[in-house]
Amino acid sequence: MKKALSVACILTLIYGCASTPAPESQPAEPQASPAPPPAAPPSAAVKPLAPSTVQSDSVKDGTLAKRSVFYELDKYDVRDEYRPTLQAHGKYLAEHRSSKMLVQGNCDERGSREYNIALGQRRAEGVKRMLVLMGASESQVEPVSLGEEKPRCTEHGEGCWSQNRRSDMLYGGEY
Amino acid sequence: MRKPATYLLALLLLAAAPARAQLTIEIIGGGANQIPVAVLPFAGEAALPQSITEIVEQDLTRSGRFRALFVGGVSPLPTEPAQVNFADWKSRLADALVIGQAHRLPDGRFEVRFRLLDVLKQTQIGGIAFTLTAAQVRLTAHKIADYIYEKLTGERGVFSTRIAYVVKQGTRYELRVADADGQNAQSILSSSEPIMSPAWSPDGTRMAYVSFQNKKPILFVQQLSASKQPAPVANYRGSNSAPAWSPDGKTLAAVLTRDGNSQIYLMSADGSNLRRLTTSGAIDTEPFFTPDGQSIYFTSDRGGSPQIYRMAASGGEPARITFDGDYNVSPRVSPDGKTLAYISRISGRFQLMAMDLESKQIQTLTDGQRDESPTFAPNGRIILYASDIDNRGVLAAVSSDGRFKQRLGIQAADIREPSWGPFMGN
Repeated sequence: MKKALSVACILTLIYGCASTPAPESQPAEPQASPAPPPAAPPSAAVKPLAPSTVQSDSVKDGTLAKRSVFYELDKYDVRDEYRPTLQAHGKYLAEHRSSKMLVQGNCDERGSREYNIALGQRRAEGVKRMLVLMGASESQVEPVSLGEEKPRCTEHGEGCWSQNRRSDMLYGGEY
Repeated sequence: MRKPATYLLALLLLAAAPARAQLTIEIIGGGANQIPVAVLPFAGEAALPQSITEIVEQDLTRSGRFRALFVGGVSPLPTEPAQVNFADWKSRLADALVIGQAHRLPDGRFEVRFRLLDVLKQTQIGGIAFTLTAAQVRLTAHKIADYIYEKLTGERGVFSTRIAYVVKQGTRYELRVADADGQNAQSILSSSEPIMSPAWSPDGTRMAYVSFQNKKPILFVQQLSASKQPAPVANYRGSNSAPAWSPDGKTLAAVLTRDGNSQIYLMSADGSNLRRLTTSGAIDTEPFFTPDGQSIYFTSDRGGSPQIYRMAASGGEPARITFDGDYNVSPRVSPDGKTLAYISRISGRFQLMAMDLESKQIQTLTDGQRDESPTFAPNGRIILYASDIDNRGVLAAVSSDGRFKQRLGIQAADIREPSWGPFMGN
């Protein structure tokens, strides 16, 4: 039980890292999120947290720790640089059919709130489609939109807006 | 442009504001051809828990259609037309005069009578007597103002209608309903997750809205008299949002993604009898019924950028309505069906536009940076919308001819997503 708890802490750390906003000075490519810290406990001794939560041994692969796709203004197409990330998650989902994923699409604060719900949905849908192409099954992934309602970064300028035009991938147990 | 008298009034309102944050109103643009009206204090008005004529005068002034004249120094206060010195009011340039009286009834309630007088013709235009409880003073004042407004402008007043809006304060979201002047606000829903897109049912008894309390947009319809949140009317896979009522209150249009991309669906007000209206591979959202219920305006990016379209509520091929620019969203049709209000992105600024649907002539009504979510007053005279000052959300209002502007704000809170309620039966 104690071990499971410490694993949970590490997982939180990793995901916490992955979702920390990049500093404002960075260009609109916050893909350069830091690699996850090496997992301290030996993976062989690790018990799975919950059936649907991502398995800890896979998290050691840095690609799976990347959970976000970023977009240009008004756009929803997944740029090529995110393909390796989505490929890794698609493969993981294909290999773990009991795993579920929620993809949350987000927009920056400008424009119609309702149109942004639709745009965020389209972004999430695009990520889902690619995950399915990479091996995930339709029923494993639910795309939803948060529109402009849950900004990660709350300043009012492109530095923040580029971080808020984003899709996040969350595994079961993480939302 | 700011008028000292009203500014002072706003300050007074602020000073008198109870602990609960109320909306304050600041008039930032003048209207033309204002009718000069004198609202005399009602004799015996001090018996009421608050001044009824003060509220009447504020209502009339705020509408932009009237200019309230100074009424100090009149003694004794006239209660009958025969007691009025019409020559004096004529020399003070009043077109209309309001007189009245109030007194407490033996059962603890109050009686208020008022008369509206034509100064030039020296005749009574009309008058009403009300019996009311202490809690009904504000509503009675709004009804008196509605009466005066209608008699003098020929159009129905909206002072006794209500508005809904969303307030974000810290990490809390509240859906509030208030009088049209922003006073008397009541919370109908409070949540730690976002609330958006409130829409009044046409009879004013229910509110449709979108809540994120389950981590994604889900659609609810809540009785305003109910204290509990009901079960959702649409909670399908993906997102459920953008509710709009048909004029008869029987049908809801909403945007669902249950079959893939955001598409418009129709359903009964309880969520049953679901059917899909649009079938595009694009985003279709923000449906809005025309007043006759026959057509639906909506936003779609089927042409490559978000633009406004119209289609029959029974289905069929949509027609594109907006062509200028690459971002035209949030269509709302005026109650008379003649004007389309919408938001346009022009050089990175989001502004409120009005299109005359017959001539297709377009007028820019606002010059804000981030104006959003327009909603027509039920008489079509005013458009309320969300704006911002120093990155804080405020509500603003503009007359549908663009001449008269006001701003409504709450100190230290973000206020957005206004929805103007319907006329209520008298």
